[in-house]
Amino acid sequence: MLEHLPLFFIIAGLIAYAVLAGADFGAGIWILVSRRTDTELRDHARHSMGPVWEANHVWLIFIVVVSWTAYPEALSSITSTLAVPLALALIGIVLRGTAYALRAQAQDGELALKIERAFGVSSVLTPFALGTVVGGIASGRVPVGNAAGNLITSWANPIGITIGVLSVATSWYLASVYLTADAERGGAPSLVHAFRVRAIAAGSAAGILALIALVVVHADAHRLWHGLTHGAGIAALALSGLAGLTTLALVLARRYEPARVASALAVAAVVSGWAVAQSPYLLPGLTVGQAAAGRQTLVAVVIAVLAGAVILVPSLALLFTLTLRGRFDAHTPSIDSTVVHATESPQAVVRIVAAFTALVIGAGCTVLLDSWGLALGVVLLIAAILLGFEPLARVPES
Amino acid sequence: MQALSLTVHLPLVCFGIAFPSLVLFAEWRYLRTGDQTYRLIAQRWSKVMLTLFAVGVVTGTILSFEFGILWPNFVGTFGSVFGLGFALEGFSFFVEAIFIAIYVYGWDRLKPRTHWLTGAPVVLAGITGSTFVIAVNAWMNHPGGFRMSHGKAVDVHPWTALFGNSFLWQELVHMYLAAYIVVGFLVAGWYAVCFLRGRFGRYERTALAIPLAIATLVSPVEVVVGDWAARVVAVSQPVKLAAMEGLAHTTKGAPEHLLGFYEDGRVKYGIEIPHLLSLLADHSWNGEIKGLDTVPANDRPPVNVERFSFQTMVGIGTMFALLAVGYIFVRLRLRRLPRSRWFYWAIILAGPLALVAAIAGWITTEVGRQPWIVYGVMRTSQAVTGAKDIPIGYGTLVLVYVALGAAVAWVLHRLSLSPLPNDVSQVVNA
Repeated sequence: MLEHLPLFFIIAGLIAYAVLAGADFGAGIWILVSRRTDTELRDHARHSMGPVWEANHVWLIFIVVVSWTAYPEALSSITSTLAVPLALALIGIVLRGTAYALRAQAQDGELALKIERAFGVSSVLTPFALGTVVGGIASGRVPVGNAAGNLITSWANPIGITIGVLSVATSWYLASVYLTADAERGGAPSLVHAFRVRAIAAGSAAGILALIALVVVHADAHRLWHGLTHGAGIAALALSGLAGLTTLALVLARRYEPARVASALAVAAVVSGWAVAQSPYLLPGLTVGQAAAGRQTLVAVVIAVLAGAVILVPSLALLFTLTLRGRFDAHTPSIDSTVVHATESPQAVVRIVAAFTALVIGAGCTVLLDSWGLALGVVLLIAAILLGFEPLARVPES
Repeated sequence: MQALSLTVHLPLVCFGIAFPSLVLFAEWRYLRTGDQTYRLIAQRWSKVMLTLFAVGVVTGTILSFEFGILWPNFVGTFGSVFGLGFALEGFSFFVEAIFIAIYVYGWDRLKPRTHWLTGAPVVLAGITGSTFVIAVNAWMNHPGGFRMSHGKAVDVHPWTALFGNSFLWQELVHMYLAAYIVVGFLVAGWYAVCFLRGRFGRYERTALAIPLAIATLVSPVEVVVGDWAARVVAVSQPVKLAAMEGLAHTTKGAPEHLLGFYEDGRVKYGIEIPHLLSLLADHSWNGEIKGLDTVPANDRPPVNVERFSFQTMVGIGTMFALLAVGYIFVRLRLRRLPRSRWFYWAIILAGPLALVAAIAGWITTEVGRQPWIVYGVMRTSQAVTGAKDIPIGYGTLVLVYVALGAAVAWVLHRLSLSPLPNDVSQVVNA
């Protein structure tokens, strides 16, 4: 059981990354394929991911670091064999982050348009490359060992390409649904209409692609096919299909917030289905139990993740509540932020003398003493910095 | 390749550690005094902070991938030992990303006090995140918490490995303070440029005083902490110290050499100060310092690289300490900023130099560890990937970083161009 727990965290992270960051990629794709004149549409796509895309991206880092701690052998096999698509994904991530930062400072015009195109291209490249990584792992083409698999054919094969395309399509579809809901909250009827149509189109396309992907899996990866068509695997697929259809129905019925949830569920179910279909193997011949690190490490990972979750869950809840309630939207009236003028307490001299004393004693302790004396010295040195900072940082006379 | 990525990531880390607390300090001053200048400073800095954080997210992602792609055997063998540090750092990163967004998007949207409080987790997560990463590095330098058995790490105790490590504390304090020096001088350097251009109103003066205060307070302290760090190295990595000083043979009452270079077992063209090394590292006139000859030749790090980077760091650090003492004296005695132009030139130069010193310090600790990746346990050559075509990837990465650097420069330039809002500039110029 213990050796499976970190895998649950990784899968949960994958799901979060797929449904949250996926939608950010999708927004980028809409920016790419929009007409030049659709400035409003592009701005809407860009602004709605503004406060959240960095946090969404961190899920990927979470997945990588938990994997290498809990299943080091599996991760090192994956990263060395699939180095090419991972490098492509990285280039995409770099380009995206840079383009986003640049766009915020560029005035509207030709240059801004170019930056947006670069942003859009990287929003296609990254999910595609990550999808091929999933395809390579899922089709059993990553053997255990340092760069033991083929650097090219391990991912550039029918199933890798199909899953890559499917990742792009699902991102696209998620973004359409989310952006419709965001537009409705922002009270922009024309945008709601535009994205509603797009959501229906992208949703249908993603659904058809998912069916094609199943055909490819049947032809190319028998183990995976077997897992997907038996037991919990088929249940997950059915759930995904159902959620997808529900999303379409909800969008048609103009119920966008529930549609958001349903569309995320459809994607989450596919990811879970993959995990179930592959179990108990991480890589060919390597079960989860064999790949797992030692007991102490697993306990530590579980504790770290659970403790982290205690902080993370309320933080994320706060961020998404503020964002989804429209507190960060451009049109929200700003609140009065003037504060009452308070008088300064003239303690500068006392503080500087205290800081100087702490500095001298601290330096003496640090240089001359060991263990506790040394620790005391370092604490005093830091105290000196803290004491001296405020008086020194006040507005100076010219 | 990883070295390149780390070099690019390092300044961003410094900003991640030190900058949020300066932003929060400015906002706190605003809350205390109601002075709009502070609010404006905090607001404008927070945009810079967000931009640099976004780039830091990107370079951090590259690093986490590279560990797997380039060092599969290192991660495969020891992931279970040190990975925990990165997992915890992942959480810190998460918290930072969440609250940095709330903070920057929350100006005028949240109550002033609430807004300030949403910045606090950014500062805390910056501290904890860097602690966890430095814990991993300290472990690579001073490994513990596991046994090797048939080429595998067994009996792993990750908490002990990472946090029960005597090497962690000096590395952490030393790096943490270095971050404040780097950020302090880089930010102050910008406003020093404003001074030289004759644009030096109340806004610029205030924005100069805050980073300069922290940089000048930390610089002298960093020298003392550096002495502590060197003594820890002398005890647990004597070969590294020998390489840093170019000491070929174990010597009693060892001399210290300034400048020069190491050849055929001794330092040439250096200035020799008798007994100083023993005095510094052992606190005794005739203390015994171990030389490079305590280990076989193939277990020694490249002496000149090590020595040169160490001397660079120490040299720059010492100059900073002198500059800092001078500034603090003028500031307290004359109750004003220095007026001489050379002082502001020095501040402008100090920013990049601080970065050079930080990178040199990092080279000192990493190159001094060679040929080991995990000190005394695994050689770097055993850890590297078996995949070919790495040079192609290397070239691509260089291009990516050059582009990234240009982009950041452009964004910061744009940010600096946006004019001061009218109502504030009236107050500011009054």
